[in-house]
Amino acid sequence: MRALLICLLAALALLGAAGKASAAPVRVAIACGALGMELKLCAEGADAWARQTGNEVRIISTPNSSTDRLALYLQMLASRTADIDVLQIDVVWAGMLASHLTDLRPYMGDTPAAHFPALIRNDTVDGRLVAMPWWADVGVLYYRKDLLARHRLPPPKTWQEMTRTAQIIQAAERARGNSRMWGFVFQGRAYEGLTCNALEWIDSFGGGTIVNARGEITVDNPRAIAALALAGSWVGDIAPRGVLNYDEEAARGVFQTGNAVFMRNWPYAWALAQGDDSPVRGKVGVVPLPSGGAGGKVSGTLGGWHLAVSRYSKHPAEAASLVAYLTSAREQKRRAIAAAYNPTIAALYDDPEVDAANPFFRDLLDSLENATARPSRIAGPHYNRLSSDFWRAAHDVLGGQPADRRVARLESDLDRLKHRARW
Amino acid sequence: MAQAHTEATRERIRSAWIFLAPMLIVLALVAAWPLARTLHFSLTNATLVDMNHYSLVGLDNYLALDDGRWYGVLSDPEWLKALGNTLVFAITSVTLETVLGVLIALLLNMSFRGRGLMRAALLVPWAIPTVVSARMWSWMLNDQFGVINDALMKLGLIAAPVAWLAEPHLAMASVVLVDVWKTTPFVALLALAALQMVPRDCYEAARVDGVHPVRVFFQVTLPLIRPALAVAVIFRLLDAMRMFDLVYIMTGATDATLTLSVFARRELVDFQDVGYGSAASTLLFFVIALITALYVTAVRLDLDGKRR
Amino acid sequence: MKRLAPRIALALACGVLLIFLLFPLYYAVVTSLKSGSEIFQADYWPARLDLGNYVAIWKEQPFARNILNSVVVSVTVVGISLTLGVTAAFALGRVRFAGRSALLYTILAVSMFPQVAVLSGLVEVIRVLGLYNNLGGLIVSYLIFTLPFTVWVLTTFMRDLPVEIEEAAIMDGASPLVLVTRIFLPLLGPALAATGLLAFIAAWNEFLFALTFTLSNEQRTVPVAIALITGASEHELPWGNIMAASVIVTAPLVALVLIFQRRLVAGLTAGAVKG
Repeated sequence: MRALLICLLAALALLGAAGKASAAPVRVAIACGALGMELKLCAEGADAWARQTGNEVRIISTPNSSTDRLALYLQMLASRTADIDVLQIDVVWAGMLASHLTDLRPYMGDTPAAHFPALIRNDTVDGRLVAMPWWADVGVLYYRKDLLARHRLPPPKTWQEMTRTAQIIQAAERARGNSRMWGFVFQGRAYEGLTCNALEWIDSFGGGTIVNARGEITVDNPRAIAALALAGSWVGDIAPRGVLNYDEEAARGVFQTGNAVFMRNWPYAWALAQGDDSPVRGKVGVVPLPSGGAGGKVSGTLGGWHLAVSRYSKHPAEAASLVAYLTSAREQKRRAIAAAYNPTIAALYDDPEVDAANPFFRDLLDSLENATARPSRIAGPHYNRLSSDFWRAAHDVLGGQPADRRVARLESDLDRLKHRARW
Repeated sequence: MAQAHTEATRERIRSAWIFLAPMLIVLALVAAWPLARTLHFSLTNATLVDMNHYSLVGLDNYLALDDGRWYGVLSDPEWLKALGNTLVFAITSVTLETVLGVLIALLLNMSFRGRGLMRAALLVPWAIPTVVSARMWSWMLNDQFGVINDALMKLGLIAAPVAWLAEPHLAMASVVLVDVWKTTPFVALLALAALQMVPRDCYEAARVDGVHPVRVFFQVTLPLIRPALAVAVIFRLLDAMRMFDLVYIMTGATDATLTLSVFARRELVDFQDVGYGSAASTLLFFVIALITALYVTAVRLDLDGKRR
Repeated sequence: MKRLAPRIALALACGVLLIFLLFPLYYAVVTSLKSGSEIFQADYWPARLDLGNYVAIWKEQPFARNILNSVVVSVTVVGISLTLGVTAAFALGRVRFAGRSALLYTILAVSMFPQVAVLSGLVEVIRVLGLYNNLGGLIVSYLIFTLPFTVWVLTTFMRDLPVEIEEAAIMDGASPLVLVTRIFLPLLGPALAATGLLAFIAAWNEFLFALTFTLSNEQRTVPVAIALITGASEHELPWGNIMAASVIVTAPLVALVLIFQRRLVAGLTAGAVKG
């Protein structure tokens, strides 16, 4: 209650300073998505909020590429502009941008409790809730149902099993005439996507998440090394050498043209692989990513986008109200039904309408609940450097360097970074 | 001009400065502050997290010895790697572009039907936005569904698909290829303009004497277009040394293709380290200045027009 | 026979060159006519004429406006650069004074910083000038790379023009302004056309400044508009749409070259220096 009062006072003070009457509608600028469905859904939601509250919304479209988007945000936030009030941020940017974002806790009431706890943990930096989850993403394993059935093999439960199954089917299918068949494609390019992939391998082997909750570097351990070594053995064996430069779309291209048995990707590929013109339509299954065998567990890297309010906003109360509206269960349900955006509220996965629109969501719930967050909250503004060190190490191992020595070097690089960043 | 005309000469110099002034004012207005700011921040520990609080750290971002360990951009193994990559890239791509560009310009300088169309075609690679053409080429160079592997396999030139952008030793070559495709038109167009301004009589004299065309090129044409060509090469060098988008989009930031600009951008934006990134940018400036100076000396660029 | 061999060689050289230059654009056209899973196949001919991608890009954003913005910005930048460039080139190329080459190298030095390094400083300059989210901001910022280029190239060409043409005019008592506009401009035709085109395309293709200095879709230029194109979901790259947009924006440039290509071969052939 006190918090509410403070915000109201703050809002009033700001409005007064701007020389406007306190009841006058304000204009809130939101940066969400670039174009297409993403922008359309955002605009519909924001307009509904504007009608409900009598305020105005201005939508600022940002580039499709998330690195370009981050660069733009950083530029604007560093110059403390009030041009953007609400920002759509990647799950790993919460820690990075925290110092520029408003604490949303006072505005959100008890709604955060309904979202996946891992997401709320991710967005809580030094006790401040700097963002609210909007939609979630998680790494999953796609497989060719028809090929596994032909060779009487079940979807793999462990990475070792996946490797064997991929080897068997790849060899058999090549012998049957498809010389371009590969066992497994994933995101092996030197970019953030490789951090997501490699974190899944290491975490599923029980090798931790690079940095533990207390901020200690933990990556140099036998399990992590075993995980990376196994991944390194895939390249040239069950995965083409080209995987070293694959992003999500390149991997999908190989899988969707029917030239791969397994693919690691985000849920977006499901609708496309099952599209009317897809050569693998009806032949695709989705399961959680395999575990690392004995002592391992199921893991999938958490992705997705959240909404945050800029600290330099002139209308923080209205901006927070827009965030609350857009991240509400009602709005998330609408988005799930209209365009298969994964809700961040667990209860929506039991909703019959959501279920009817997206039957495969059920398969994702397990992955989402067990999803692993990248260590972005701990590394804060240094996350990108940490991630870059990590993906470069993983890329080197995929390229043929021995895992143990490369991981030892990574550990020392990260120690230096930790020393410098003092997290 | 004879010494007797001192009054006229002074008048001429005065009007020269009047002619220069608008350009200099505009350039200073646009460029002075951003460049000074970069130099300033390279001496600080500023970060994007809070641009209002930082302190001067002297040359620590460039090179510093702390506890027997070297820090700073100049001792950063990645920066040194990037320096090597950038030099290799700049030298190979600019050499190829210059040779090809001159050849194409010679071809287009002949009169034949469809020449106008050829000139328009020449500009197509340069005209497609780099953000698009870089992606287009990564698509075409994809190992599994790329059209280049497909074509080469159909022609029987390779037996199995090649991972052009993934293999470290091929990635740089691929980026050079795309850069040559994209910017040869730049050199060709300037060389063509220079060829067009060569007085016809020079050729006709040579033709009458029955000199072999290759000798005409080296003894008559090349010396005449050399100043323009040298300027084209300088600007190509500047751009190649600052190569960013092709590498960034086509291969990400792998060790095999990391360039100085990608390094600087990563520090400045992705890592939010304004101090270190500014130092990397400033060093890139000095590297380019040095290379330009070496080049200008090597080709004895005649800026003062002493020949006249 | 003697006459045929060179002609065949010429035709062959032109053919190889055309394939090298145009194949990627051709492939972009082929790709832009595809949809869905087809984009992952290597095809050399369009299987069918699906113009869906060309229709789509006009619907989602003010693409015509974006093209117009690009035209306005590029034309203005080229106009300013050539005007300032020609006058400066006269001073730097035809007049001897102390510190001339030092000045030329200082101008060149502006082009030696990586673009991303000047970005933050330029944002501040543009905000001070009140040109943020305004095409004026783009025009001003693009001068940072087009001016050094045009000044240098035009200086080189200007300097290499024979001294005699100028002397005759000076004897007649022509002022420097008359010299530049009446004597040098016509002679510089090919150089002006070439530098103008190159500067035009550099401005047309610029992405980073355009993205950072504009905020609303109505103020954005073509490269930013293309970078905004999104698929149905986050990771999907709508390849067909991007290729269609690229083909559309390349077309006017090709037309521009076709119109101006006569200028590229004018110049001394007019016989201005004879004698």
